Amino acid sequence: MTHLLELDDVSVTYVTAGGDVPAVRGVSLSVAAGEVVGVAGESGCGKSTVAATILRLQPPSARVTGRVLFEGEDVQTMKWGALRALRWAGASMVFQGALHSLNPVQRVGAQISEPIRLHEPDLSDKKVETRVGELLEQVGLPRQRARAYPHQLSGGQRQRVMIAMALACRPRLIVADEPTTALDVMVQAQVLHVLQGLVSDLDVGLLMISHDLSVLADLCDRIAVMYAGRVVEHGPADKVFADPLHPYAGALSASFPRIGDVAARYAPAGLPGDPPDPAELPSGCSFHPRCPKRFDDCDKVAPELRSDGTSRAAACLLVEPR
Amino acid sequence: MTETGTTTLKARGLSIRFQGRGGPVARAVDGVDLSIATGEIVALVGESGSGKTTLARALLGLEKPAAGEVLLDGQPLERTARGLRSFRRRVQLVLQDPAGALNPRHTVYESVAEGIRLHRLESSDSEGRSEAQLVAAALSSAGLRPPERLFLRYPHELSGGQRQRVLIAGALAMAPQLLVADEPVSSLDASIRGEILALLLNLRETLGLGVLVVTHDLGLAWNIADRIAVMYLGRVVEAGPTEEVLRDPQHPYTRALLSVVPEIDQMEPVVLHGEVPDPTRIPPGCRFHPRCPALADGAAEAAGVADDCRRTALEVLPAGGGHHVSCHLVAARQSSQR
Repeated sequence: MTHLLELDDVSVTYVTAGGDVPAVRGVSLSVAAGEVVGVAGESGCGKSTVAATILRLQPPSARVTGRVLFEGEDVQTMKWGALRALRWAGASMVFQGALHSLNPVQRVGAQISEPIRLHEPDLSDKKVETRVGELLEQVGLPRQRARAYPHQLSGGQRQRVMIAMALACRPRLIVADEPTTALDVMVQAQVLHVLQGLVSDLDVGLLMISHDLSVLADLCDRIAVMYAGRVVEHGPADKVFADPLHPYAGALSASFPRIGDVAARYAPAGLPGDPPDPAELPSGCSFHPRCPKRFDDCDKVAPELRSDGTSRAAACLLVEPR
Repeated sequence: MTETGTTTLKARGLSIRFQGRGGPVARAVDGVDLSIATGEIVALVGESGSGKTTLARALLGLEKPAAGEVLLDGQPLERTARGLRSFRRRVQLVLQDPAGALNPRHTVYESVAEGIRLHRLESSDSEGRSEAQLVAAALSSAGLRPPERLFLRYPHELSGGQRQRVLIAGALAMAPQLLVADEPVSSLDASIRGEILALLLNLRETLGLGVLVVTHDLGLAWNIADRIAVMYLGRVVEAGPTEEVLRDPQHPYTRALLSVVPEIDQMEPVVLHGEVPDPTRIPPGCRFHPRCPALADGAAEAAGVADDCRRTALEVLPAGGGHHVSCHLVAARQSSQR
């Protein structure tokens, strides 16, 4: 299987006046067509920075090393023209917070048509309009909604508009950064249903970034869990959620209680402490100060992501290859 | 719970309406009975637009009811400055989004001391504690130890979990009997959430506080709540002990909500169409009927209640113990079993 997207040992360092801040440290990931891959982690773990490198959207103060390959071509070094062609048409992005990403004084139809007009300037107005209508229907909105302004739509509808826009130029890969975070459970279910349908109908690849491991477990084929800029666990979605190898993945999974599970009644699971400041990472394994299973070597040795001999891998000294 | 010293906050037939200038009237809360007593944790769950936050605000005396009343220990809430003042000492609010709720230019000490000064608690403290001692005690009850180390910190120097604890400390400084917490953990990272929820459980345990948690998160309710009330479009549609409601939901809306919680494998997801309707146009009959899957798939028709669903309004569910459901179909099934 050739990969649509391949991240090979990608590191991102923000160069600031106060010194270098390593936001992402050696992340490798891949997404194939028709595949849904999830990246889970909490704020500050580097997941959104990873997403930004895929379309070379990282801020100028970021230094990127390693390779970000889209269909075999390095996004970070490609020429400007090639990058323009890649954005929207090759890979597109759905951002969180649709309210702030949409222009409040422009009809949503006009906003969806913008990338179409840029990429296919010869298309007639009539054809563009038809296309916008089709896109809206694809995400479950009536085509007349093209005439609405963002404030006339609900949160879920706006998020659908964002997805329609991401689909406008028929991309092969969609990167969705927390697409359902601000939404209610029922609306979240509707939006996830739309995304799921697109992957199976259009055979696009989907890289989904979320803090919500339970949502990813439902939707994804594979999940990578990030902590302090690194992937600490990687494997099939159901396994990572139901039977995590890494103690951090375990704590994250446990913080989404299974309703009906007697063990979770009156026993909310959490982790003491806070994620580390990327500018002052702990020695050894970055998770050791919060780890319930730490032992002598954890503050000295930084574990590599190692395969357990199956399709799974974890960066923990306690995980032995089988 | 009838032991002495129990305090109960009650909404009776409470309705809150909003009206824009010349616009239609929004019935945000449309007849609700709800009670919360010291020593218990009640979760009020619902989607955006269900009226859960408005109801919580009304219970704090922040909204004036159009009908019905708020009672504290059987006494109607006095809407005078003095009445509200003493009421708010006993019933405290914990806001969501601690980053926005704390004044960025106030130190932790000032944030927590503000309420103590407003209510002149220092002079009335039975143990004669100083303001600094009261602030320190509140911070340590909220799990910030040693408290003195945080006195001079500003909100931006704190982590999200610490900020939420400072907000809770601000409420605890009043020595309240009840807390109303509106989405207390929704803006926090998953691993921090459990710690804050554990703190709420701990406050119930050690101080005997009652907590009303307003949330959209059913998992949170499963984690900490004794009872749960599910709201839809201004009404409580199902209420009861958490275990009964979440393990054996009766109302089609509760069932649908539960079915779409990720990683609940036992249930076939029922994805409802559309969103919670506008509270200016509450549907007649059962307010859920236009979206109800049991009406759409003919289950209500088969039970002979489809007309009732469309036309007959349902009664307000009683507050307090027991599992209650506001649904014609459930009522029909229960009476046919008898």
